[in-house]
Amino acid sequence: MADVITYREAVAEGIAREMRRDAAVVCLGEDIGAAGGVFKTTAGLIEEFGPERVWDTPISEQAIVGAAMGAAMTGMRPVAEIMFSDFLACCWDYLANEIPKVRYMTGGQVTVPLVVRTANGGGLGFGAQHSQATENWALTVPGLKIAAPATPADVVGLMAAAIRSDDPVVFFEHKGLLASKGAPAPPDHVVELGRAAVVREGADVTLVALAAMVPLALRAAALLAEEGVEAEVVDLRCLVPLDMRTVLASLARTSRLVTVEENPYQGGWGATVVSVVADEGFGLLDAPVRRVAGECVPLPFADALEERVIPTVDKVVAAVRDLTAY
Amino acid sequence: MDTAELLAMYEQMVLIRRTEKAAHDLFLQGLVKGTTHLAAGHEAIAVGASAALRADDYVFATYRGHHHALARGAGPEECLAELMSRATGLCGAKGGSMHLTKAATGMLGSYAIVGAHLPMAAGAAWSARLRGTGQIAVAFFGDGATNIGAFHEALNLAAVWKLPVLFICENNLYMEYTPIADVTAVARPAADRAPAYGIPGESVDGNDVVAVRDTVARLAQRARAGDGPALLEAATYRHFGHSRSDPAAYRPAEEVERWLKHDPLDIARGRLTELGVPAETVTAADERAREAVRQAVDAAKNAPAPEPGAALTDVWADGGAAWRT
Repeated sequence: MADVITYREAVAEGIAREMRRDAAVVCLGEDIGAAGGVFKTTAGLIEEFGPERVWDTPISEQAIVGAAMGAAMTGMRPVAEIMFSDFLACCWDYLANEIPKVRYMTGGQVTVPLVVRTANGGGLGFGAQHSQATENWALTVPGLKIAAPATPADVVGLMAAAIRSDDPVVFFEHKGLLASKGAPAPPDHVVELGRAAVVREGADVTLVALAAMVPLALRAAALLAEEGVEAEVVDLRCLVPLDMRTVLASLARTSRLVTVEENPYQGGWGATVVSVVADEGFGLLDAPVRRVAGECVPLPFADALEERVIPTVDKVVAAVRDLTAY
Repeated sequence: MDTAELLAMYEQMVLIRRTEKAAHDLFLQGLVKGTTHLAAGHEAIAVGASAALRADDYVFATYRGHHHALARGAGPEECLAELMSRATGLCGAKGGSMHLTKAATGMLGSYAIVGAHLPMAAGAAWSARLRGTGQIAVAFFGDGATNIGAFHEALNLAAVWKLPVLFICENNLYMEYTPIADVTAVARPAADRAPAYGIPGESVDGNDVVAVRDTVARLAQRARAGDGPALLEAATYRHFGHSRSDPAAYRPAEEVERWLKHDPLDIARGRLTELGVPAETVTAADERAREAVRQAVDAAKNAPAPEPGAALTDVWADGGAAWRT
């Protein structure tokens, strides 16, 4: 086994592991077969599993996710790819009205064990319609589980949990992390949905982050450490289920909280985290909470403009300094 | 023609008609809240198609789906109890009129976003093919769904993947309140689109249960043999308006009269007479259906309301609704 693996390789590895162990797992999406995916996150799958398990689709997001739903209701475990998370809007009916509601409105008769994978987030200069961090869209819908891994090992472990889940999971793969490297996942690696990880310990402030914001928060923590401020970094890994237990436990150690979100401030997941803290952990706080989040504008194209809009290390460091001085 | 089969189809159509009438009456009595989209007049499509399907085939319907649920194995009591918000309803009173579902018999749901279920039916057919079960899937939908993007995406995917799925359009001439002809560029909103996807597009008298059964049987056999999907447009008419609040005053009286004379129950009754079935045999079937619905109404009225706590169950497969730890 290689010493390191890229995040993009981990996606294909995570899917392949599940396809090997369960014949009900099939993949569908645009360019996922011979092309190996536009991000090469499905490279090698069609070679190993053949066209009866890896299906190229037309550019038809409603058909992709709708068909995945029908297949999931009837004994398969489909893994559907929506190329860019911005395109989730093209099949939003399935994610907002159909998939998350069918179990409930049928009184528990129907199970929908599917995964919708999608490349999420900015930082690569793709412009307003290929760069959004859309995890907060899914967060507004009861009935969807949401995973957003930050490391290659977590990609594999969360992919295993997502595909094995009897509930629908939206799986956000961050475009900005695809080339990043990390330790490969051990055999049979499963990361339970809804279990956050404390990826850096510290006593002064808790930084809660997700996906590409995790390494960004870690870089901020390293800079803060030079100033004598020890930040604890919590990688949420999932938004639903949301591991508030780990966040509150961290806050009990640090008494200060900053959320680091790529999605727009308006309606972002940090607002939910902060509201639970206000409700259940107010007594733990020695300072106000801060949310470092995306601006409420469409993602601009130029690097200088995009950097102004999404979180940066400097913005996180500034927020923490503000709190430690409080 | 097997008279026993035709008689059974007739009785099922009467049962559906009676159930729809009961739903209408219960609504007027204030015992059904929200809304209902009655399918009285459409019975022959659900019953004829069901007679042509295997028991394990999959069916997906729309918010106007009472007839499909009943034709595919749901009983009138559990359907009416669902409409009346009773715990004994098909979906535990979490679904209501627009979401009648009986997964155990392959009735995989009634969907209230127009056209949304066509890709699902394609997916169920894909699954059947992957599992090699020989099952097919059927999506019933109204004429209004033919102008929705999901209709076209589902047809194309089903065609290129050669999926065993039938798309059956119940063309009742009105897209909710608007004549479908006013908002559609082709004369037959479903069948005329089929050539664009390289699949058969056929028309049938949707009020003739035998014609529907025979056509669906032929297309189903074709799908099961691996020859791919087909689009069937069944001409029919709704006896009520679009929903409970619609008296359908926009329909010309002459048109209504013409269609009411072309009632699916009358047509089936005429065929039974032609086959020499005695009038008292037909009347007995009418009476059995009437009595079954009467008992169903009584039972549903006497059933309990759901426990409020049930509102927080069935979001997840573990039965619960927790979003956090």
